[in-house]
Amino acid sequence: MIGRRAAAGLAAATFAATTLAAPAVRAQASPARTLRFAPHAPLANLDPIWGTQYVVRNAAMLVWDTLYGIDSRLEPKPQMAEAHEVSDDRLTWTIRLRSGLRFHDGDPVRGKDVVASLERWMVRDPMGQSIRALREELAAPDDRTIRLRLSAPYPRLLQALGALGAPCAFIMPERIARTDPFTQIDEVIGSGPMRFRKDEWDPGARATFERFERYEPRDEPADWIAGGKRIAFDRIEWIARPDPAATAAALQSGELDWWEQVAPDHVPVLRRNRQIGLDIADPLGNIGSLRFNHLHPPFNDVRARRAIAMVVDQADYMRAVVGDDDVLWRRVPSFFTPETPLYSDAGGEILSGPRDHDAARRLLAESGYDGQPITLLVAEDVAPLKAMGQVTHRLLRELGCVVDYVATDWGTVARRRAVRAPPAKGGWNIFHTWHAGVDCATPAGYTALRTNGDGAWFGWPNDAGIERLREAWFAAVTPAEERAAVAELNRASMAFMTWVPTGLFMAYQAWRRSVSGIVKAPLPLFWGVAKA
Amino acid sequence: MLAYIARRILSTIPVMLVVAFVVFSMLILSPGDPAAVIAGDQATPEDVERIRAALGLDRPFLVQFAEFLWRLVNFDLGTSIFTNLPVTHMIAQRIEPTVSLMVLTIIFSVTIAVPMGVIAAWKAGSWIDRAVMVFAVLGFSVPVFVIGYLLAYIFALELDWLPVQGYTPIARGFWPFLENLILPTIALGSVYIALIARITRATMLEVLAQDYIRTAKAKGLGTRPILFLHALKNAAVPISTVVGIGIALLIGGAVVTESVFAIPGLGRLTVDAILRRDYPVIQGVVLLFSFVYVLVNLMIDLLYTVFDPRIRY
Repeated sequence: MIGRRAAAGLAAATFAATTLAAPAVRAQASPARTLRFAPHAPLANLDPIWGTQYVVRNAAMLVWDTLYGIDSRLEPKPQMAEAHEVSDDRLTWTIRLRSGLRFHDGDPVRGKDVVASLERWMVRDPMGQSIRALREELAAPDDRTIRLRLSAPYPRLLQALGALGAPCAFIMPERIARTDPFTQIDEVIGSGPMRFRKDEWDPGARATFERFERYEPRDEPADWIAGGKRIAFDRIEWIARPDPAATAAALQSGELDWWEQVAPDHVPVLRRNRQIGLDIADPLGNIGSLRFNHLHPPFNDVRARRAIAMVVDQADYMRAVVGDDDVLWRRVPSFFTPETPLYSDAGGEILSGPRDHDAARRLLAESGYDGQPITLLVAEDVAPLKAMGQVTHRLLRELGCVVDYVATDWGTVARRRAVRAPPAKGGWNIFHTWHAGVDCATPAGYTALRTNGDGAWFGWPNDAGIERLREAWFAAVTPAEERAAVAELNRASMAFMTWVPTGLFMAYQAWRRSVSGIVKAPLPLFWGVAKA
Repeated sequence: MLAYIARRILSTIPVMLVVAFVVFSMLILSPGDPAAVIAGDQATPEDVERIRAALGLDRPFLVQFAEFLWRLVNFDLGTSIFTNLPVTHMIAQRIEPTVSLMVLTIIFSVTIAVPMGVIAAWKAGSWIDRAVMVFAVLGFSVPVFVIGYLLAYIFALELDWLPVQGYTPIARGFWPFLENLILPTIALGSVYIALIARITRATMLEVLAQDYIRTAKAKGLGTRPILFLHALKNAAVPISTVVGIGIALLIGGAVVTESVFAIPGLGRLTVDAILRRDYPVIQGVVLLFSFVYVLVNLMIDLLYTVFDPRIRY
């Protein structure tokens, strides 16, 4: 007969066997020569030209190197390049490679590798496409020399070659770089400071990088993606966790060293932990965007677009995105990133001052808006986009608009935003996104600001005048000319209201105090980081 | 018996074909676009179109389905759109954590739940019975992720006895393997224990009211032989049915549990693939889960003959 004592004993034994038998205290910290890092998204592929997600760019920065690299003043500095010369007519650029550059398979980096890599990059990158349109010759006269001859001057060449915006001009072995730019590469071989361990790769969960012993860093100190990229680790493990709570717990327990992007909900808990350091990750942040479809009513009329801008209160958007922490956001009455050399808020008055709903309603009525449903695409699986979508929903209703609120996931938004048909036939009127502040520092690779109609980004805005102002910036020679051109571009874009900036928001990164050398930058930089 | 097993295995072929067709249709016809996800937010519509063409996603539905079927009959699940790795390789990478979690959960749950149900039935109406029922209601009501977070907070963060998350393959040692799975197993097992304990109690109550149990008691048999040799064996058929059905519950629960405890298993692979629209991976994993479910049902049917000799196939 089973007594109560026996039953209780059975339960206790089972409990003990499963939990209490664990060691009293666990040693959880990873070794000092291994860094465990949680990226903002899982790494599902590693072709930085084919896939332009930021997480791919960030991982690629460890594996591949670039000819030039942007520093924290947003100036291009030689990286793989030793030096360059420009002809007097500014049409021919000759770039000489540093000696001793090697790929991870042991082969030297040669001029023809650079040529093939740039050819592939130029197809996908907006600045690359401009260079491609001007290119008369791109050749490698010898193993350490690359020559680019253009049909017209392109003063932003070095900025393009060292840009941080994806896709970056990474240099790959020629045989890999010959892959079609719209097809994924098979081999991951670069000449960067770390080699990718494809054999240990668990896509979406874990990616491992191992120190490349033959990498020769530059002598200069590291500054963003310029200078000497000295890595203090034998291994860097990227461990993706789908759940922010789990990531926060792992950081606190020491199973993780560095978390790239802390979810706002977990900031208070991490801040209370003395073992954890917390700071802004990217000082340039991201500019939120309310993107219009310019092809269909009502937003094919500038008055309707400006009516929306008149009532957008960036504080509402930003607090919805980041919560009550005012350190994490700021108003930005501009399409350009604050505190960057070319920043201008010319024409941005429409986004400042008291919001006038009555005037906005009148302007909307003048535009001919007659109550047709406004299709608002909202990616509910991406927290900032969901937050911005909900604010816009409320704002449109306050203006008396009928809203077709399409709550869906990012994958669906990404597909539907490409549909040019009217909203009632599967198209759309508004969707939200954001643009990395580093991409919005200059007009160079700023695709979202373009107004070249059918060739423009989703929404297909069309204004030849704005395009001319953009070209004027490309032609500007002195910094003063550049600033003036950007101010005019911002003023015209605000008047046209290509899209509405909803504010600039940032995120925290967090790390164990045993880790030092983490800097603020648009992407996680592993050079200069060490662990006690 | 062998003929029956062969028939059942053969019958899985049309089932799998229907599953394949339904899954493929749902994926292709549903909104969303892997090319747009690959291209990134800043890509132009033209770039997205060219990637779609390079992936072959612009071809007619039937052409794509025919190609998918042809690969399937050649035991090829295709290549992931995103990782460029064979789907079979990706499944192989992720199958060990999920299978380990599910097997441990089944062992743990059955070990706990069956005695709980038996004791509750034996002591029907007592405080033990009520305690078991309260536990069962809680197990059903509290979501797996809440239990998971609570366990992680108490046993990993506060007491520091167990790791918060992750997975260590069994090849690296049994204890490292087990310590990563203890908390997920308890979290995932909670709902399963509740299910099995309730059905065990209900079935046992029915069996314990039968005449032959009274006869056994009248013959002077002890409680233990009556409960476990006579009653439980006759209650085993519905219990094993529920254990089998519960596998589906475990598959769903594994997705959540793997997320909470950051276990790189098939559940996470499925969710990631769905979010990215990685069609070949989704198809491969769903087909695998369907096959496992069909197979488990077959095994349960065969187990009936062990528990009840009157059942013959």
